[in-house]
Amino acid sequence: MTKRYREIGKAGWSYTLITSLVGLIYFSPVLWIILTSFKTRTDALAVPPKLFFTPTLDNFASVFYRSSITTGTSQATDMALYFFNSIFIAGTSVGLALIVGTLAAYAFSRYPLRGNDTYLFIILTTRMMPPIVVIIPIFLMFRLSGLAGSYWGIILLYTAFNIPFSVWLVKSFFDELNPEIEDAARMDGASEGRVFFRFCIPQILAGLSATFVFGLILTWNEFLFALLLTGVETRTVPVAMARTLGGEVGVDYGLLAAIVTLFLLPIFFVTFLLQNQLLRGVTFGTVKK
Amino acid sequence: MAEINRRTGGFGAWLLDPKRRGALLVTPAIVILFVMNIFPLLWSFGLSFFNYKASSLKVPTFRGLSNYERVLTDEKVWERFQTTAIIVGSSVILQLIIGFLLALMFAKAFPMRRIVLMLVLTPMMLSFVSVGVFFKLFYEPTFGIVSYLLSAFTEDRFVVLGSPAGAIAGIVIADAWMWSPFVMLLVLAGLVSVPKYLYEAAEIDRASSLRRFWTITFPYIKSLLLLAVLFRTIETFKLFDIVYIITEGGPGSSTETIAVYLYRTAFQFFKTSQSSALAYIVLFIVVVMTNLYLYAVNRRAEEVG
Repeated sequence: MTKRYREIGKAGWSYTLITSLVGLIYFSPVLWIILTSFKTRTDALAVPPKLFFTPTLDNFASVFYRSSITTGTSQATDMALYFFNSIFIAGTSVGLALIVGTLAAYAFSRYPLRGNDTYLFIILTTRMMPPIVVIIPIFLMFRLSGLAGSYWGIILLYTAFNIPFSVWLVKSFFDELNPEIEDAARMDGASEGRVFFRFCIPQILAGLSATFVFGLILTWNEFLFALLLTGVETRTVPVAMARTLGGEVGVDYGLLAAIVTLFLLPIFFVTFLLQNQLLRGVTFGTVKK
Repeated sequence: MAEINRRTGGFGAWLLDPKRRGALLVTPAIVILFVMNIFPLLWSFGLSFFNYKASSLKVPTFRGLSNYERVLTDEKVWERFQTTAIIVGSSVILQLIIGFLLALMFAKAFPMRRIVLMLVLTPMMLSFVSVGVFFKLFYEPTFGIVSYLLSAFTEDRFVVLGSPAGAIAGIVIADAWMWSPFVMLLVLAGLVSVPKYLYEAAEIDRASSLRRFWTITFPYIKSLLLLAVLFRTIETFKLFDIVYIITEGGPGSSTETIAVYLYRTAFQFFKTSQSSALAYIVLFIVVVMTNLYLYAVNRRAEEVG
């Protein structure tokens, strides 16, 4: 884990030019969405589609403020709350899954239980399972226990979704560490807690951040369970996005694009900051360096 | 009682005994997984043997295997499986090709690589809802950019989603666009794991670039490609949101994947038990695929280990 990510060969600025061109083509649907967020309603649905237009910030304003035509006043929408919900729910559950998953991964790696591999297999299967298989029981369960519509319900559910991935990924990082160092520390009288926090965790910090960012990407946009299990107070942005679709006047593409653009920003910057870690973490630690 | 506890260390000491440390550390994860995943899973397994309908208050009666029988003999189900197979197959192949080419491109170090790489990674971070809605707009015959760009070649407005083949292509392209970056990340990791001295040796031997690829690069990324195929197959198998938004399964039922069909059975027709039975058949297939996936992971670990 300590060795830096290495590339094959080096190239100059001319190569940057070529790759940026390909990158931009690949990025163009996203770019189109971002452009749409600055378009008026007529420009968004112009025939032929417009690449050049006079930009407007109205869509971004109406994400947070809705003006009423009848009274002429503007009223705050709940979108700020939904953004907070998304950040809070995704952040907490991915963080919680990382903590719980790291403890379990440490155990699976250092203190194998009887039937260790069976546990690991069952854990992985729960990640691979189509969500639709459990959606009805979870829906009933949440209604009976009163968890429906609460922060804790959806946070625990997302935590459960992220645990398998965290366990597998973090275990592979622990497996790569040299246990002799830990034994040497124990000989010197270090407690188990000290071995874990002072020797193991610092060595896999990069791996832990990779796990975090990858879990965040997978949780950030979850829609189906959020739709069924969040209430007015705990609604997340993807659900709010879908709710802008059902209107009598058709989809307001400008408004939707503005929400999509704003919602992309946080995850984009987190990924950008932790990009190198992501490149390593994505292989489930199967690449040894 | 308190006396005995103090002498033997009590419950706390019993729990913290080194023998139980592994079990103790695993417990929180297992408890959360059990409550949120395994318990509901068993519940729906139970439901699959009854004739429960979430929309009615009637007390469900035991039906044995009849739900499974009905699902497995239903021709519609087999058609949905076929549709799913076509979409999964073509999407995963497309993701592999695009992901592989992108990885080759980004395997080199070049100025501003971090930023250019972000351009390619962004589709993965979009929500299914937004990808679905905007691709539907792109495919729209009157306002869409696709039919506009193609209007130079075709006389009429190009209707992407009008025919079954077009609708499938439309879904496959949206899905492949979103997830090729993931394949790219996997392949990229494989490419950088190739020891440099092998390339240097090939340089000395003046091996052709094609030969260099087959004898040096390919063996190192082979099992990662397999990993990518399996992971993406399992994920695409569950494809729901994009299909539901772009085509709603149409035209007709030509793009109705098994996940969409499952959703319809459960939430539109409220055949809760029947959908649970079908869900279990799907789960069985996924478990088999997961086994293959693990096999690939282990082989990869052996190769690099």
